[in-house]
Amino acid sequence: MSAVEEVSNQDSAHQVSDVVVRFAGDSGDGMQLTGSNFTEATAIYGNDLATFPDFPAEIRAPAGATFGVSAFQIYFGSEDVSTAGDDVDVLVAMNPAALITNLKDVLPGGLLVIDTDAFTDKNLARAGYASNPVEDGSLDAYRVIPIAVSKQVVEAVKPFGLSHKFAVRCKNMWTLGLVMWLFDRDRTITVDNLKKKFANKPEIADANVAALNAGHAYAETAELPTGVEVYRVPRAEVAPGLYRNITGSESLAYGLIAGGQLADLPITFASYPITPASSLLHTLSGQKQFNVVTFQAEDEIAAVCAAIGASFAGSLGITSSSGPGISLKAEAISLASATELPLVVVNTQRGGPSTGLPTKTEQSDLNQSLFGRHGDTMLPVISCSTSVDCFDVAIEAVRIATQFMTPVILLSDGYMANASEPWLLPDINDYEPFPVTFETNPDGFSPANRDPETLSRVWAKPGTPGLEHRIGGIEKDFDSGDISYDADNHQRMTDLRKDKIEGIANYIPEQEVSLGNTKGKVAVVGWGSTYGAIHQAVKRCRMENLDVSHIHVRYMNPLPRNLGELLAGYDQVLMPEMNTGQFVNIIRAKYLIDAKPLNKVSGQPFKIREVETAIRSLLES
Amino acid sequence: MNAPVQKLTAKDYSSDQEVRWCPGCGDYAILKTIQKLLPELDVQKENQVFVSGIGCSSRFPYYMDTYGFHTIHGRAPGFATGVKLSNPELDVWMVTGDGDGLSIGGNHMIHVLRRNVDIQILLFNNEIYGLTKGQYSPTSKVGTKSPSTPDGSIDMPLRPCVFALGSGAKFVARTIDTEAKHMAPVLGRAHDFKGASFVEIYQNCPVYNDGIFDQIKDKKTAADTRLVLEHGAPLTFGVDNQKGLHLNPKTLLLEIVTLGEDGVTIDDIVVHDETNKVLAQMLAGLKLPEFPEPIGVLYCESTAPSYTDDVYQQRIVVREAKGSADLNDLLRSGHTWTVS
Repeated sequence: MSAVEEVSNQDSAHQVSDVVVRFAGDSGDGMQLTGSNFTEATAIYGNDLATFPDFPAEIRAPAGATFGVSAFQIYFGSEDVSTAGDDVDVLVAMNPAALITNLKDVLPGGLLVIDTDAFTDKNLARAGYASNPVEDGSLDAYRVIPIAVSKQVVEAVKPFGLSHKFAVRCKNMWTLGLVMWLFDRDRTITVDNLKKKFANKPEIADANVAALNAGHAYAETAELPTGVEVYRVPRAEVAPGLYRNITGSESLAYGLIAGGQLADLPITFASYPITPASSLLHTLSGQKQFNVVTFQAEDEIAAVCAAIGASFAGSLGITSSSGPGISLKAEAISLASATELPLVVVNTQRGGPSTGLPTKTEQSDLNQSLFGRHGDTMLPVISCSTSVDCFDVAIEAVRIATQFMTPVILLSDGYMANASEPWLLPDINDYEPFPVTFETNPDGFSPANRDPETLSRVWAKPGTPGLEHRIGGIEKDFDSGDISYDADNHQRMTDLRKDKIEGIANYIPEQEVSLGNTKGKVAVVGWGSTYGAIHQAVKRCRMENLDVSHIHVRYMNPLPRNLGELLAGYDQVLMPEMNTGQFVNIIRAKYLIDAKPLNKVSGQPFKIREVETAIRSLLES
Repeated sequence: MNAPVQKLTAKDYSSDQEVRWCPGCGDYAILKTIQKLLPELDVQKENQVFVSGIGCSSRFPYYMDTYGFHTIHGRAPGFATGVKLSNPELDVWMVTGDGDGLSIGGNHMIHVLRRNVDIQILLFNNEIYGLTKGQYSPTSKVGTKSPSTPDGSIDMPLRPCVFALGSGAKFVARTIDTEAKHMAPVLGRAHDFKGASFVEIYQNCPVYNDGIFDQIKDKKTAADTRLVLEHGAPLTFGVDNQKGLHLNPKTLLLEIVTLGEDGVTIDDIVVHDETNKVLAQMLAGLKLPEFPEPIGVLYCESTAPSYTDDVYQQRIVVREAKGSADLNDLLRSGHTWTVS
């Protein structure tokens, strides 16, 4: 029986082009699981989509606490979707705390699905409500569906003999069933997922499926308030091909494996757990069938050191962390720079400084990436812009690290790492390989020999007869690679290291315009996960014939060689960033242009509207 | 028939770099012993790798004509682990000191030992910071006067072998810089051991801490100040081996007894068993002036699995279970859908 067929004949269906749905509840309510199942069903339905999981740092905050609210937002529609959306059309609030913390984002007239069983005096007081908003008229601006979900769920799962505690836990699936009815989604995938997830506990799986179906049936048969009907969101026109959903950390992990294959190198991935970077370690640890060794070190420093040791021995060493952990790795990264060994350092950025906002997103580690080391340690820095983009950027990081014998910093962030989007699956055979050649010839060998074009040092790995040599952090002679304290030699080596990194600009693509023209009134220049918000904002402005273009930079250092010239073709440059203005200062300093910052550091991604408003005010000024 | 492989000598292991330790430094003697030992081991020269941290001892790799990596302060265990993980065929030697290995790098030392990564760890203990010009170290005796402790150090030193055993090391030994005949076989056994082998080397710093081990090294006093360990032999010492260690059954402590006095016979002396961790822990704690200081192999648990072996073993098991390693298949795993 297909849910789609059931409702598609209904006349009451109400067509909309795009919708934002947010599921919010306690961190133990299973909102992320609910959201990810809804996402899969939506992708299969054929809408374009983007998601934004937003969860607290506390694993299990006290029930009903506002700081423990976990939310999952999905934006889906019939046109291209590149952000998780601005305003919420449908909010599912599993308790008063979820309602009070999320209501401000709901559009007037938006739909509120509320579990009234959770609106007890205790929970209301804990959330800060003086009276029950479901009853006191304060929600009159919205369309409210108050349902005693817990009672419904307990009734629905009765045949499975669960304790009350376990029975009530199925309420997220009940609610999901209801929302799936609203949007005409097929429940088959969710049923399969539940059976897989609870394979060892079939009674729990059956109870969850029953709850899902009960929620769906309730919506179909119960008298919902006037105006609440099935929404029809037409399928998006997307490129044909095979798709799946992917989060940034998954696609980054797969990209690193792909990079290793293209470089013809084994990978040693050494890391230490830190939010929000750990999922990369988890994903790669489960891929031992590939040429990947993973190592959970005792700390951040040991992790980067093990990665560098592995690179010395002839693998590609990769380490991964978030800002605070990258700080700890700084000394070792400088050693990799001094010894000219390949290394990929992934930074999944989060809100800072210090512990800051571990589960929230920010792009405030650009300065750290560019400058956060002692001495003149210049490094290539590249950034991902979307969850899908992480795959290609990871391959690029491996290419640059191995072709130029240098550490590379790869910037992702907490938003991208956790957010998922549909991915038109690439064929790995379409990528150009860049196999590494190890030095094997002892004639005239010196560890300081280098390619005259790329300035890349030879890579001679232990185990190769006749190439025994020593490397280390002490300054080395330009020719022999032996220790040298010579003044002129240090100048020469410093210049060499600088020239090598700057020269990478000749081996990366020129900067292109993502949307719009190569000259004009306004260029909105972004980097990282602001891509979606900027893209939509520029698109909306351009639909009104406003002269604005979008440029999104992947290569943060060295910058694309044509970037300065390109930016000079616009009257104004606007630079949205989730920091206090780090990239804008680089652009201003490097190209001497009056680029304008647009900054947001709330731990939340930009809304499309915020970028759009800034564009309009710049055009009017 | 193949031409016989030319046997390498100590000279083949000597790099062309000028050795720059202070005249009289104990490191010279250690270097020489190791350069002589390596040709005797059943390992190709190109497979030998020396990894070090920072400090006087950590200059060691520059003087060996093998692969070498002089890294950063305290972190040699991380680098050495990475080298071995990347290529388990390599024979990895880690050289460190009391400051590098037990102060800034103490945490890493714990973990490389407990994981039992298959490398040799040589800790040159001179109880002082040499390269930074003479500050006291975590192994300096209480009262050590140094530029940072002009009135004498007041914090308690740690004993490297106690530390190693406490961290779960499976091979723990001690030897002396200038005693090649003792050091070479100990290092040979450390090399043969599958897992992390920890060797503390008493090393004299003639500039900042001269003579701290003289009592143990001086032939005139050595008989009474050192306890030479031999597996299966009774723990005797002193001129004519007339003294020995007896386990007091009431206090569970070792005590010194004299053979022939108070009816003590050789049967009352504890026999060294290097597989006995409790005994190893007692021996590691013995120090002058109350006790002679043990040299030799304190502990050897040769049946323990090594981390690097297990990593690759686990990979084999996973590969057998999972089969194909096709990236396109991985990308297409989970739920996919086709848009036509």
